[in-house]
Amino acid sequence: MKNDSQYISRFTAAERVNHWLVALSFILLALSGLVFFHPAFYPLNQLFGGGVWTRILHPLLGVLLMVSFGLMFVRFREFNRITATDKEWLRHAREMVAGDDRNMPEADKFNAGQKVLFWLLVACMVLLLLSGIVIWRAYFSFLFPLVVIRLASVIHAAAGAGMIALIMGHIYMSIWTKESTDAMLYGQVRRAWAKQHHAAWFRQITGGGK
Amino acid sequence: MALQSLDIKRRSATTTPPPGVRKTVELAKLIDISKCIGCKACQAACMEWNDLRDEVGTTTGVYDNPRDLNEKTWTLMRYAEVEPERGKLEWLIRKDGCMHCADPGCLKACPAPGAVIQYSNGIVDFHEENCIGCGYCVTGCPFNIPRLSREDSKVYKCTLCSDRVAAGLEPACVKTCPTGAILFGTKEDMLHHAAGRVTDLKSRGFAKAGIYDPQGVGGTHVLYVLQHADKPDLYCGLPSDPSIGPMVSLWKGAVKPLTSLAFGMIAAGAFFHYVIKGPNRVSEEIEKELEP
Ligand code: HEM
Ligand code: SF4
Repeated sequence: MKNDSQYISRFTAAERVNHWLVALSFILLALSGLVFFHPAFYPLNQLFGGGVWTRILHPLLGVLLMVSFGLMFVRFREFNRITATDKEWLRHAREMVAGDDRNMPEADKFNAGQKVLFWLLVACMVLLLLSGIVIWRAYFSFLFPLVVIRLASVIHAAAGAGMIALIMGHIYMSIWTKESTDAMLYGQVRRAWAKQHHAAWFRQITGGGK
Repeated sequence: MALQSLDIKRRSATTTPPPGVRKTVELAKLIDISKCIGCKACQAACMEWNDLRDEVGTTTGVYDNPRDLNEKTWTLMRYAEVEPERGKLEWLIRKDGCMHCADPGCLKACPAPGAVIQYSNGIVDFHEENCIGCGYCVTGCPFNIPRLSREDSKVYKCTLCSDRVAAGLEPACVKTCPTGAILFGTKEDMLHHAAGRVTDLKSRGFAKAGIYDPQGVGGTHVLYVLQHADKPDLYCGLPSDPSIGPMVSLWKGAVKPLTSLAFGMIAAGAFFHYVIKGPNRVSEEIEKELEP
């Protein structure tokens, strides 16, 4: 672990483990969920030991994600409060995507885009959990009337697809923004990186100095 | 039930044509409720032919036994004591089971390729070896027919004796019925015969007699002759206008392939964004400023 002054700490080991547990269970959930989504994805069932195993494992993985995502929610909720500056940031988001960040207001530990993503993911997660329980035939579906099961099927498919799209965006942002993956892997970022991408957070951490 | 067949019309979760070189004539089973005496011979014959023995249940004060369809009871006699007109008690007995819809909700909902099959003769059949046990067919069926087994997590329902029919025999229930209330033949013949029965019933004072062949599911391959066709609900909740509802259509409709396409477009869009704009790096200015 690097301790020289060029680096500052961004995520603790617990936060990192938590994040990657969420990431791992999410990827497995997305791949297994897609098996039921459309025949084009049905062959993915081979990754889980066949169709029946995919059907058995998907909801169990869902429970794992629920717990790990719940913990991550508690950890990161504070850093994702949307402020007036964030609204300003969102107004300039298009310029940012176009590669021009001169007009971007200073971002906190998470920028406004990351914060919006966070809350959208929370919304998807809640919908997926509630609807997922309703369509879990082995244990719960018999508790609900047919109309509720039908509604939950629509909601689950829609929220699942929405969440997959959001995470695709999330993954691309981490590839596009160089060195950001390092923060989640090793916990440290370079001072210059912090100032470039999260200036308000950088000032707060360093007490306004360099 | 799996039989090698070349007359498959539709196959669940399959986007290319199934083997369908052989075309057979459309068949149907006609259940004339006005002739049924509720003896349950058909229910027993179904058990016997399919070699299924449900557990012996308990009497709950009505003739319905077991109380509901299940993985071992594919057809069930349901007894309704109703007064369509005040003071005129009628005992309406309906043989419940799969209706073999022309547009089957179970097949549409099923995510497992080849777990639900529709033959060109109209029979809708489950091929349990392909079933993954998700229960989507239960969600999709407008008649509440398929049952998920607690023991093996496969779904079961009436096969219309696809095995017997493939060998040129009539379904077991048809063969057994002592009053001739259940008939089997081409759908055309069955509709013709049913029309004659309706005329007869009308002449005997059942002004609203009619054929149950609901068009909301494209028609069915199990038909009823009802004394009160205007009120199918009287017959233990037979749906009056069944169809694959808006929710199931949305869930299983065009949105899904379009969403799948959208995933591909997001991936391609991201890739080309990278190629066009290049990576988002720390600016030289800040690098210089913070150089240690
Ligand atoms: C939160 C806990 C979750 C539970 C309890 C759950 C449960 C289920 C169940 C029971 C099914 C039906 C198939 C089966 O029986 O295995 C299903 C389908 C599905 N799940 Fe989940 N799931 C959860 C989370 C997720 C997540 C996070 C995703 C995101 C990718 C997801 C995506 C899907 C998809 C795409 C389907 C197919 C939906 C359809 O087309 O009908 N699920 N889920
Ligand atoms: S009655 Fe239900 S199970 Fe039978 S074909 Fe129609 S939708 Fe499928």
